[in-house]
Amino acid sequence: MANTLFDKVWDAHVVRKVKEGPDVLFIDRHFIHEVTSPVAFLGLESRGNDVVYPEKTFATADHNTPTINQHLPVEDPLSANQLDALERNAKKYGISHWGLGDKNNGIVHVVGPENGITLPGATIVCGDSHTSTHGAFGAIAFGIGTSEVEMVLSTQCIMQPKPKSLRININGSLGVGVTPKDVALYIISKLTTSGATGYFVEYAGDVFTNMSMEGRMTVCNLSIEMGARGGMIAPDEKTYDYIKGRALAPKGKDWEKAMEYWSTLFSEADAEFDLELSFDAAEIEPMITYGTNPGMGIGVSKSIPNSDPSDSGATSYKKSLAYMNFDEGESMLGKEIDFVFLGSCTNGRIEDFRAFCNIIKGRKKAANVTAWLVPGSHKVVDQIKEEGLDKIIDSAGFVLREPGCSACLAMNDDKIPSGKLSVSTSNRNFEGRQGPGSRTLLASPLVAAASAVSGVVTDPRTLLN
Amino acid sequence: MAYDKFNVLTSTAYPLPIENVDTDQIIPARFLKATERVGFGDNFFRDWRYNQDGTPKTEFPLNKEIYAGSKILVGGKNFGSGSSREHAAWSVYDFGLRCVISSFFADIFRNNCLNVGVLPVQVSSGFADQLFDAILADPKTEIKVDLPNQTVTLVATGASESFEINTYKKDNMLNGFDDIDYLKNIEDEISAFAKTRPF
Ligand code: SF4
Repeated sequence: MANTLFDKVWDAHVVRKVKEGPDVLFIDRHFIHEVTSPVAFLGLESRGNDVVYPEKTFATADHNTPTINQHLPVEDPLSANQLDALERNAKKYGISHWGLGDKNNGIVHVVGPENGITLPGATIVCGDSHTSTHGAFGAIAFGIGTSEVEMVLSTQCIMQPKPKSLRININGSLGVGVTPKDVALYIISKLTTSGATGYFVEYAGDVFTNMSMEGRMTVCNLSIEMGARGGMIAPDEKTYDYIKGRALAPKGKDWEKAMEYWSTLFSEADAEFDLELSFDAAEIEPMITYGTNPGMGIGVSKSIPNSDPSDSGATSYKKSLAYMNFDEGESMLGKEIDFVFLGSCTNGRIEDFRAFCNIIKGRKKAANVTAWLVPGSHKVVDQIKEEGLDKIIDSAGFVLREPGCSACLAMNDDKIPSGKLSVSTSNRNFEGRQGPGSRTLLASPLVAAASAVSGVVTDPRTLLN
Repeated sequence: MAYDKFNVLTSTAYPLPIENVDTDQIIPARFLKATERVGFGDNFFRDWRYNQDGTPKTEFPLNKEIYAGSKILVGGKNFGSGSSREHAAWSVYDFGLRCVISSFFADIFRNNCLNVGVLPVQVSSGFADQLFDAILADPKTEIKVDLPNQTVTLVATGASESFEINTYKKDNMLNGFDDIDYLKNIEDEISAFAKTRPF
């Protein structure tokens, strides 16, 4: 049987197959952050193990870091403790560490690609489920638990059964105002949050071929929200252009050699997938979620369904709407909002800030809205300034904050207060995800911007020039 | 992380017939700030167990005295979706549970459970409904989870179903071993493989 892209990369990393068990998979790149690594280091030490390949692990502080006054000591003692532990462990074992304030610091899934660490054909893991982001480069990338973080540190391998393969094809062209985020939310609304459980996704078709690397990262990032282990896209010229010249990318002869290998990374024409699904690009609208899981999404101009459109169960559907304080059949447009969050590893890259600015340019932030604009990394901040987007942000009455995960998981001070409604470009709208009692509407940077200047949920197509 | 061996477990069970329970509910993000593995049992389902003023929500199954001390939780479909935080699996174990039964598990959660000594048992939705009905009819209903034979049985009626687990993971659970023990044993093979990787 001919190979899929996924097969090619996976099989190249299998050290051995355990009889009636998982594969031992070799890991090329390992990212760690302050929240899921400290206990892994403790485990490592209590077993008397060492970090075997420190040069293959990269540490960055992002999950609980403040997004203002990063030059001051971190106030929350528990967060400070985790940040110290990360720095201490990195130093002790010779792992590169981008702490608060470092020019390379930022959200792990933003800084990996930016620095040329993320490469096609690599296996990449991190103790964060949105590690799937890196699949945009044709890598196999997925989130792992803390025990597995310890495994990678002490053996550079993890043990996993090989997932099944799913190809999602979307052909045609996207409508005006429809972004990669909408494509992903659309797919999840069709598949539900468990529809791809047990699978590894390959995205194929015009829509992904025509998408920028930033957009591909947004789509792959959200693979986990349909239950998949991860998602990937075959590398092409765009991929190589993005990587070339980045600090840690292969250079000279190594680059040539790498390119030779990368050009073999695609699914053969007659490769068979365990499951194959196709959607039509023209069907996709700017999306918004109305419930408490990312599968509960609809076109922004649509009404909340009268019954659960998926099979996730009537009890959780009712519970979910009750939590959101929404009714079946209600329209999403015009709902008054309190907060807007632009950021996260889903939508915290330069293109997202460009899209946001495209709408707010020449307009003003609505008085009832508190907005947190949090770039994914310092490099994104620099680029925002280089392109003059900071001026647009400023004159529209918004404030640019410092990089980090921020209100994506609200481990720092950026918490949406109980009962408040937020339009967020992040990836999860679970109960309390953005702070206890917070209510989250997931959407694209365009929908977020349109809602931020209107004060109510707004279709960005009405504001696009 | 060392855990106790698992063989045959007979226990009453907490019922949680809610679908799509995500890891942010199992352990909210604000409790992930530990640098040691302590205190997770207390914050297991924190926001569903306690009001904002810290008083317990007495109606929530995990707070009900009649189920206290159960070692099994029977959850709704798609249990453990969401984040990769292993803290969710730790909190299950630290709360005193050794087994979660559901008609469907999220991938990473299931994997994390197996790594920390919690047995995820996937049953048909029909059997899950039987379990819920039996527990709701009689909170003292006992469930027997037999790992060697891979069966789960309602003790009172004898209704039984078998479940899947791969031989490797099964041996680990039976012996209290984990993947690191295995990997450390094949270190030479791994380092030989590492030399063949281009980057
Ligand atoms: S932004 Fe959110 S999803 Fe992304 S790495 Fe941070 S916490 Fe995880």
